[in-house]
Parts: sequence; C-alpha cells; structure tokens
Amino acid sequence: MTLATELVPHLPVASLIGDALEFLVKEQRSIDGTPIGGPSQLWGLTRTHLELSGAVLLLASFLAIPLGLALGHTRKGELVAIAASNVGRAVPSLALIALFVAFLGTGFLNVTLALVLLAIPPILTSTYVGVAAVDPEVVDAARGQGLTETQIVRQVELPLALSSIFGGLRTSAVNVVATATIAPLAGVLTLGDPIIATSVYGDAGRLGASILVALLAVLTEVGFAAAQRAATPAGLRTSRRSWRRSPAPTILTTTNPPRSTS
Amino acid sequence: MSVSALVPPLAQGDFFTDRSAGAGNSCVAGDGLCPKWMVDNFDQYTGPLVRHAELTIVAVAIGFVIAFALALIAERRRWLVGPVTQFSAILYTIPTLAAFFLLLPITGRGFVTAQVALVAYTLLILFRGVRTGLDGVPPETVDAARGVGLTEQQLMWQVKLPLALPQIIAALRVASSTTVGLATLAFFAGAGGLGGKIYDDLTFKSNVVLASLLCVLLAVVLEIALVLVQRALTPWTRAVNA
Repeated sequence: MTLATELVPHLPVASLIGDALEFLVKEQRSIDGTPIGGPSQLWGLTRTHLELSGAVLLLASFLAIPLGLALGHTRKGELVAIAASNVGRAVPSLALIALFVAFLGTGFLNVTLALVLLAIPPILTSTYVGVAAVDPEVVDAARGQGLTETQIVRQVELPLALSSIFGGLRTSAVNVVATATIAPLAGVLTLGDPIIATSVYGDAGRLGASILVALLAVLTEVGFAAAQRAATPAGLRTSRRSWRRSPAPTILTTTNPPRSTS
Repeated sequence: MSVSALVPPLAQGDFFTDRSAGAGNSCVAGDGLCPKWMVDNFDQYTGPLVRHAELTIVAVAIGFVIAFALALIAERRRWLVGPVTQFSAILYTIPTLAAFFLLLPITGRGFVTAQVALVAYTLLILFRGVRTGLDGVPPETVDAARGVGLTEQQLMWQVKLPLALPQIIAALRVASSTTVGLATLAFFAGAGGLGGKIYDDLTFKSNVVLASLLCVLLAVVLEIALVLVQRALTPWTRAVNA
C-alpha cells in the first residue's frame, strides 16, 4: 500500500491514477519479473523521445526553411508550398511509420526519416507564407538601397518571417512529440512503449506514461510559443492579442492562399 | 529483431488479417507488395473502412456543432474568443494515444472514448475557422444590412454566415482530413478503423499499402464532398468567376 492508494482506497479511478503515479516514481516488477517503471527507466524513455524529436526537427528545419525562403522570395511555387501541407495532412502518421517499417525496416534512422516527412509541411508552408506576406514595398525599398537579393532574404525577409516560421516549428514540434509515441512500433523505445506494450507494463504503466507524454507535449507547445514571441521583432508584437494575429499555418488550405498586398 | 517481438498484439480478433488464402504464394509469404492479394482480399478492408468513415464523420459533425455554437456565442461575447481558443489549443496539443488512455478510466474502451478525443481535436480548427470567417465580413456590409432593417438574427443567417462560408468549409476540410489521420489510432481505444488493419500486420507491404491508401482516399473523398457542398451553397461565387 502506498500513500496514494491509502488516501483513495474506495475509488477505482482514483486508485488507478494513484498506481499510475506510483509507476512514475518507483521501480516495480512486471508479471514476468522484469523491472518496470521508476525514474531511471522513464528518464531513459523520455531521453530517447526527446532525442528522436530533436533530430527530426533539426533535419526538417534544415530542409524546409531554406526551401521556403527561396520559394517565398521568388513568389514562385505557391502551389508546392500549399500542396505540401494538404498532402501532409492526408497521410496518417501511423500509415507513414508503417510504410517505413514495411519497406525499410525498423530502427532510429528510419523512424527519424518518417517523422521528418511529417514535420516538413508545416515548416515549409509557414516559412513560405511568412516571406510571401512581407510587404513588397519594403522589399522594393531594400532593393533601392542597394541590397543584394541574398541580403534582402537574410536581413529583411527572414527577420520579418521569423514569427511565422516559429509558428510552423511549433506545429511540427507538437506533432512530432505526439507521433514519437508510436515509434516503439518501429523498434525505437520512446515514452510510447509503456502505452503500447500493456502486457509488460500493465494499466498503471500505460496511464502513467500517458500522463508523461501529455505533459511533454504541452511543455513543447508552451516552450515554442515563448520562443515564437521572443523571435517576433519588437515592432510587430501585438502583446496580448498576438493569438488573433497569427493564425496557425495548419489552417491554411488552397481556399485561403496568402495574398500579397500589391 | 521483429516488430511483433517488441509489441505484443492487442487482443482484438476483428483486425485479424487472413493470409491463409495466399499460402504457397511466394509474394505473400515474403511480405511483398502483391496486387493480386490486395484485390482478392479487399473485402477484409471494407468493414474497417466504413468504421473509419463513421469515426471521422461523427467526430467532425459533433465537433462542428459545438464549435459553431461557441463561435456564435462569441459573436456577442467577444471576451470568450481568447479563453475558448486557448483551451482548445491545449486539448489539441495532447497526443492522441495519451488522450485515449487518460480517458480510459472514465469512459472505458470503445467508440465513445475515441469520439471524445477526436471531437476535442476538431474544436480548435473549427472554432478558429468559423471565427475567421465571421471576423472577415466587411463592416460596411454589416452596416448596409442593418441600414435596410435586418434584425441581428437575419444579419447573422442571411449576411454574415453566407459570407463566412468559404472559411467555414475550409476549416471543415482541414478538420476532416486531420481526423482521418487521428482515427487511425482509434483502434487503441477499441474503436476499430483502418489503423487496426495497419497495426495488425506491420511488416506485410500489401497490407500496409492497401490500408494506408484507403485512409488517404477517404480523406480525399471527404474533402471533395465538402468542396461540392461549398459550391452548392455559394452559387454567387461561380457567377462572378464565369
């Protein structure tokens, strides 16, 4: 009997929650005697979860941001940028991971590549939208002052698009952290393992890991929201009403493409 | 290391993929991509496909009713927009798998649990879509409508909502294709769907490809249906374009 179960002995729901919390803080034995739960195992799973998510986001950013900047600067390929987010949404993440497992096999690299495909569309679309939304007169003024095209992209368009880019990163990061939960299907043991392999971890482990994963996702959202605010140039900040000004890039479809002001 | 060794299968007979028909067939035995097997065994997938469509359509419909009502209430009570958006954004953040098992002690296994989670995910997209549409109605139009004597109710249903319709349908499209994706995990909550088929035989290429294709197809069909609804409801947009 632990403190948690003693406090709430008569409520099945509450005692399950108590067991779940106990799973998180204290190592136990599963039916076949393998040690499960406790801080050291959960920290290991959390670390893999974060390593996988981090690797995915880095790789996706390296691919999607330069491409988005180039497409946005030339105002070409709007169709590509928008279609990417539409197609990306239609392919379920479980299907994506299953396709990688079936054709390439399991392992960290394969899961990373599958999740990168999932992470690219929001970043690409938000980068494109951010750059394409820069006032053409501002770009003209910069050109008139003698800035080269590269300088315009790096010193004018990128800073102005940064808030939008971070919005896309935020969407992708939350998606990736959530989807990394099913990575154990492809042999990468993340926090999803106790959720999927119930026969080893039991109901308490499943619920405990669910709580951890939910917390991790909310923390990711909060962290990236703060980063997005910090990355917004002071002049563009709208303090309290910023949520109204920055519609999430995921909501973008072919019916509301970004429009230039000219 | 095989996947099945890592992940014990769920005790759910209804997803069992019968490969005995392909016994002796080297393509099927070798986990290959076998068009003939896919055609011959298509009937194994129709049940889960229908279930998947049910999960998606019911969730989007319930989500739309809730989000639409909230958006209309927020038309008069502006202060609601912030809290509703933030609350639904937090719901949207919780990973699907975690949501199912957080709900498990409360709603048990099955369709209801899956629906609660799936509906929660549509709220953010749909609420924001309806609000964006209503906020985009030009103030001059509203003034003119008031000027010719429309009541607030007439203004909403005859002027604002028709003008907001493209945004609303756009949000419904995003919500439906997102829900098709999330519903692939509904089998974890015991609610069936195509995800169960995918999970059932992860290494068999024919199975994974066929089930995934059906998911994408379902998402595309729902989007096309919504585009057709939009066309039917906004005849004036076509008159302008022509």
